[in-house]
Amino acid sequence: MESFKHIIDTISNPTILFTSTLIIFFFIFPINDWFDKWNRRLKLYVLWSKKSMLLAAILMAAFFLFGLTDPDFRSIVLKPDNVPISGLIFLVYFFTWLSMHQAYENDARLERGESIDERYEAPNDKVLVWPDLVYIEFISLILCSAFLLVWSIGLQAPIEEPANPTESPNPAKAPWYFLGLQEMLVYFDPWMAGVVLPSLIIVGLIAIPYIDNEPAGSGYYSFKNRKLSIALFMFGWLVLWDMLIIVGTVLRGPNWNFFGPFEYWDIHKLEALTNINLSEFIYIKWMNTGLPNNILLREIWGIFLLLGYFLILPPLLARTMCKKIYERLGSFKYSIFIVLILIALTLPIKMYLRWMFNMKYIISIPEYFFNF
Amino acid sequence: MTDLEIKKSATKDPGRRPPAALGKADSVDQITRRSFFSWLSIGWLAFIAATGGFFTMMLRFFFPNVLFEPVQTFRAGFPEDYTIGEVDLRWKDKYGVWIVRNEEGIYALSTTCTHLGCTPNWLISEQKFKCPCHGSGFFKTGINFEGPAPRPLERYKIILADDGQVIVDKTKKFQQEKGQWGDPEAFMKV
Repeated sequence: MESFKHIIDTISNPTILFTSTLIIFFFIFPINDWFDKWNRRLKLYVLWSKKSMLLAAILMAAFFLFGLTDPDFRSIVLKPDNVPISGLIFLVYFFTWLSMHQAYENDARLERGESIDERYEAPNDKVLVWPDLVYIEFISLILCSAFLLVWSIGLQAPIEEPANPTESPNPAKAPWYFLGLQEMLVYFDPWMAGVVLPSLIIVGLIAIPYIDNEPAGSGYYSFKNRKLSIALFMFGWLVLWDMLIIVGTVLRGPNWNFFGPFEYWDIHKLEALTNINLSEFIYIKWMNTGLPNNILLREIWGIFLLLGYFLILPPLLARTMCKKIYERLGSFKYSIFIVLILIALTLPIKMYLRWMFNMKYIISIPEYFFNF
Repeated sequence: MTDLEIKKSATKDPGRRPPAALGKADSVDQITRRSFFSWLSIGWLAFIAATGGFFTMMLRFFFPNVLFEPVQTFRAGFPEDYTIGEVDLRWKDKYGVWIVRNEEGIYALSTTCTHLGCTPNWLISEQKFKCPCHGSGFFKTGINFEGPAPRPLERYKIILADDGQVIVDKTKKFQQEKGQWGDPEAFMKV
């Protein structure tokens, strides 16, 4: 048992956890035909069968039950603030499974020449608003209210001492739904992670129907026709949002250090995290000269790097990897699409740079509040 | 009647009012173009006045009658009260200041993290300030070395009063990245 806990703690190391997730993810949600081929060859699509769902649910529940025997895991999971996240893990899994299950089912039906599962068949599918729909809504309303009542009575919000600006709780965690953003703040300047990136998430979500107006596979669950859209969205949703929430809840402990789920939250855990900027890497570590006094000269490498990332990479990708997308979207939509994707990708890139090279900022101009 | 007169009377609508532009509204409760516009202007003016008044009152809330601003300048005792090589926490809760004494002198550090403004903790065993919100770490000098904090902690003006006491003035701060730590007021030689 202890060795199992130790294994879980070890693979909870962010580098291992993220790398394995990144590798596995696009095989499970194939982003293009190559991944799809391997998905079929490895038979990964059986994940969306009913048996797999039952098995995964049992395994997850068993893991939770087993975890509850451990005092450190218990103290995280049973904290009233964190109960929604335990629920979220199950719910997100279930709904991901449900939609993918239906999507694969529809794909299979279309392949056999049948009609899609959701096709409206008058008059059999006709449902009356009154009483059928209103009745269902009424019952759901009562059930939800009852559930919330029981929840709020059973798990009370902790009443703590009056707020004190000079005493930040350790660790100080945002509400559970913001923990992904808080995790983002670890890798970016506050105005980037707190203002620019969240706004771009919203703008990007709004832009989806304008960028992706392909009619094929629209209006019903399907995966075959929309591999790229679904895989990209799921990556943003499951990895960059939900997983960061779970990381922030379960793996972040005192002093915002990383802890395994079964690890004791030791306030004095020592971690060498001395991190440095790109300019210091270049001038001090590689060139062995001091930092130049001129800000522009100091940060020119980071500026070049970032300009290259946003100006050279998109046309390069349009000619190579994203050729089909470019041809389908046209240059205007493609530019918006690729810039949004590249910005989203800065998050995992910066996470890796931080974990592996202790890189703080690529461009760091604290004199003018600009850090990236 | 000539043909022309018959035509004229036939085309003339007996119930038709003269155009509003001529100003001959024959009935009081009939809305003319002109009265419509004057009512519209009154309506808009009233709306603007009400909205303006509302926002003026809102703005007024930003300037409270009484301001409970904590004292910005305080006497922090004598230099001998501070042990060499230690971070002094006694003014942290009241004024948000750490006073650090080293071999050469004393400086006053702000307790506000330069990342998002939480209050870091002084970890004596690791000899660093560590922020619990996003993991920023600072050396005893206030220089940032861990986590996302983009710049070092700020230092406050610190001087010696005539009676030999240390005075910390929080209204004046010194930022390392602007090269202000060399200022004689940022560091008190003892």
